[in-house]
Amino acid sequence: MAQFRVCPDSGFYFDKSAESLMKVNAIAGAVSLLIAGILAIGVILTRWQEVHLLPADLFYQALTGHGINALIFWIIFFEIAILYFASSTLLRTRLAAPKWAWLGFILMVVGAVMNNVAVAQGNSSVMMTSYAPMQAEPHFYLGLILFAVGALIGVFVFFGTLVIAKDDQTYEGSVPLVTFGAITAAIIAVFTIASGAVILVPTFLWSIGYINHIDAEMYRIIWWGLGHSSQQINVAAHVSVWYLLAGILFGARPMSEKVSRTAFLLYILFLQLACAHHILVDPGISSEWKVFNTSYAMYLAVLASMIHGLTVPGAMEVAQREKGLTKGLFEWLRKAPWGNPVFSGFFFSLVIFGFIGGITGVVMGTEQINLIIHNTIYVPAHFHATVAVGTTLAFMALTYLLIPVLFRRSLFLPWVAKMQPYVFSAGMTIMILFMLGAGTLGVSRRHWDMDFTGAALSFEYPGTAYMMMAVGGIGGVLGILGGAMYLLVTVGSLVFGKKLEPSAGLFQSFGVPLSSGSYNIQQPERLPMAPKLAVEQHGSAGFEAPGTFVLAMALLVSFVVYYFINWDYLASVWPLS
Amino acid sequence: MPEEDNIPKPERIPFFQRLLENTFLLLFIGVAMPTVFYILWGIMEIATIPVAE
Repeated sequence: MAQFRVCPDSGFYFDKSAESLMKVNAIAGAVSLLIAGILAIGVILTRWQEVHLLPADLFYQALTGHGINALIFWIIFFEIAILYFASSTLLRTRLAAPKWAWLGFILMVVGAVMNNVAVAQGNSSVMMTSYAPMQAEPHFYLGLILFAVGALIGVFVFFGTLVIAKDDQTYEGSVPLVTFGAITAAIIAVFTIASGAVILVPTFLWSIGYINHIDAEMYRIIWWGLGHSSQQINVAAHVSVWYLLAGILFGARPMSEKVSRTAFLLYILFLQLACAHHILVDPGISSEWKVFNTSYAMYLAVLASMIHGLTVPGAMEVAQREKGLTKGLFEWLRKAPWGNPVFSGFFFSLVIFGFIGGITGVVMGTEQINLIIHNTIYVPAHFHATVAVGTTLAFMALTYLLIPVLFRRSLFLPWVAKMQPYVFSAGMTIMILFMLGAGTLGVSRRHWDMDFTGAALSFEYPGTAYMMMAVGGIGGVLGILGGAMYLLVTVGSLVFGKKLEPSAGLFQSFGVPLSSGSYNIQQPERLPMAPKLAVEQHGSAGFEAPGTFVLAMALLVSFVVYYFINWDYLASVWPLS
Repeated sequence: MPEEDNIPKPERIPFFQRLLENTFLLLFIGVAMPTVFYILWGIMEIATIPVAE
């Protein structure tokens, strides 16, 4: 029975079941992003001290919901959609066990709803980390557990699909690099979800009274195996999306498949160990554990990110130069399609992730200089650079590509889509930079009142800290506007976008398959192995991507300067003799 | 010349490529590494903290 359709614009093959599952997961992710965005208004306008919008209880409630929806539900729903795309579509194979995939999706939705209800009821304002001995309502933990189980089913459906593709020989040679990146993300997801189960199941039992004690330090260590690794799934996933988008937009091929795959292997080996940076100031844990997991192992993962940061734009530059854009160092970049939100979103994601997220991540992972900014607002600034811009913007860019290809609708309000990556990136970058500054001045994260009104032990921040939080607040509002523009375009496209196929109706936008006549392919053609690039051959002595090399050097210089500024700052605030 | 000498031998796949193509081995390594170095070692550190009297 025929079950594939081919997209006439992109040439991608879509398995009927996988297509519906990609759609519903992406939509569930967008709904989570909407909730996260609405709650972000309350968070950012409260931390902007002159506005100070919410009372304390509502602030912590909004912060809890914002964190979980943005950092867990939005990204993992979307990542499951990416896993199905990277396996079924890219390998031209049917999805393994679609019924199990639907069960996984339903569990994820039930879990997400249950957790949001618990937060909305007001007795679970324990923030995303839900550190014991703070206790939430049982359905807060149960919701997270159900969501994790559903996601785990999705991950194993992905692995099953890889097995089917291999058995059916639907591709020649090795899996494409994008699929290999998705495999990396899925492997990290297994560890992430297993860590979540190990700590959330006993915590749930504790919340209903079956267990009388959860050790706070034990909780922190295992919970961060979930909390931080979930963000490492993002890194592997959005790097894969970068390779995909560079390939689709420019026909760019990795400069070296071997090097890029080795970089993904470094992620598999070392990226998850970076969880340890959250524990760097915890007493009772040895320096050996802290230093091995962060300052040794983590740097190998950072090396992998630097490789990707070099090879993705490098591949793009090589492809552009082959088209004749060879003038000077940056003609290839100047003449890139800046008006296409798929490109601008992808490129801003790459630059902001590397320059801000990457550099600040290394500072936070160094035991000594981490002391300056640990648990300050510097930390959310860092992960807004990595997750809110690096991952989210890459996913937004991918959405603009998928709306015509997967949903068969044209973009609604294309001029809004064109502006959106600029508005979102500008707003978020302002917010991030000023929050980094405020964090360096010691402003706490997750703190309702910078004034310490009525506190027994008060503290007065310098005026500059207030100014930085205010400018950061303006940037945050602009970033939220950018997020709203994304949702306007995506939801508008699904509902009002011009149909690119007659049967792409409203229900089809939300997961119902297209008319049966659209799926007229029994088995797609075998995916051929790409020929080796000239740039991959030994002895290609030319300097293939000089512009990218200059950008990489700019990153390296920025990193070195910023790193030593932090050491100098540490020496001034913490004098040792 | 024996006939089997004319049959081309399949190209030997390098070890590193075989490693990268073995998804389930990568899955094992990817879960084992952080479990040992982060989780188990971390738990041992906590378990060896003396209990206050």
